[in-house]
Amino acid sequence: MTTPNTPLWEVFIRSRNGLAHKHVGSLHASDATMALQAARDIYTRRGEGLSIWVVPSTAITASDPAEKGMMFEPAESKIYRHPTFYEVPDEVGHM
Amino acid sequence: MSCANIQVSETPLMLYALRRADDALILGHRLSEWCGHAPILEEDMALSNIALDLIGQARELYGYAAKSEGRDNDEDKLAYLRDVRQYRNLLLVEQPNGDFAHTMVRQFFYSAFADLYWREMMSSRDATLAAIAAKSEKESAYHLRHASEWIIRLGDGTDESHRRVQAAIDDLWAFTGEMFAVDDGERALIHAGVAIDPGTLRGRWLTTLSDVIDEATLSLPQNDWMQQGGRAGRHSEHLGHLLSELQSMQRTFPGLTW
Repeated sequence: MTTPNTPLWEVFIRSRNGLAHKHVGSLHASDATMALQAARDIYTRRGEGLSIWVVPSTAITASDPAEKGMMFEPAESKIYRHPTFYEVPDEVGHM
Repeated sequence: MSCANIQVSETPLMLYALRRADDALILGHRLSEWCGHAPILEEDMALSNIALDLIGQARELYGYAAKSEGRDNDEDKLAYLRDVRQYRNLLLVEQPNGDFAHTMVRQFFYSAFADLYWREMMSSRDATLAAIAAKSEKESAYHLRHASEWIIRLGDGTDESHRRVQAAIDDLWAFTGEMFAVDDGERALIHAGVAIDPGTLRGRWLTTLSDVIDEATLSLPQNDWMQQGGRAGRHSEHLGHLLSELQSMQRTFPGLTW
């Protein structure tokens, strides 16, 4: 139900052992406070998170799917950018 | 399990536990009636969450009641096999959902009380009740915040939402006095340090209400006449209808399990 009174919000949750907030979905709410409450009720009811961000969907600038060739294909042919050509000495341990 | 009404030993402690358990179960059931019917999906989930919190509180309190009674009653029998006159909940919580404003005002009045009540009960001399209080207080604090934010937005919203939420306040006000009343049996538990005196919470409860009501541009009724009876088993016509739905499975198929 998209109305001017209940705009769309994007929800980000940081899980118990996560370092970064991850996008989990969206919801409708009248303002930031209500969006935060709704996010708590919809996305953390099974103990999924310890921190919530809500962001107005209109604040997100997205890449154009029609430009995905220009935007992303040039990176696909450059395997030397991946750090997979190095032998990691055993002494380094966990990296 | 038979489908006939059970008998309970109406000792002061048993009545005390049943009153709190019945409050939580009946209000939880009322909120569950919104499942699939709330104005927006987000609120559908929120109301169901609150319902589940309350039913969880009811289970713990019924479990405590059954254990302290020491007969063969358990939480299911206490919930499903008592008739309307054996229920001891507040009249407030059995009132029909009405429109969304009525549901929110009912929740606001109750949660503002429950939040204070359970916070004080955390210092009960009864370790089980103190533990139930500690868990319930966190839940009630969120229920209060949720309802408060809605009251503010409905009151300070459109002419229509303001009119509806003010009407709900006026309709439900007379059911709030019962929250602060105690009988002789409960008075003895208060003296023993098992229970706390709800009468001492009324000033703080009014302050909580006033802060929200003022911000919402609403007003509290001046009328002080209060309806009572739920604590003694005298209910409005609504509770029997609610119980007929809540208890229908166990009354029809005694002992049925999932």
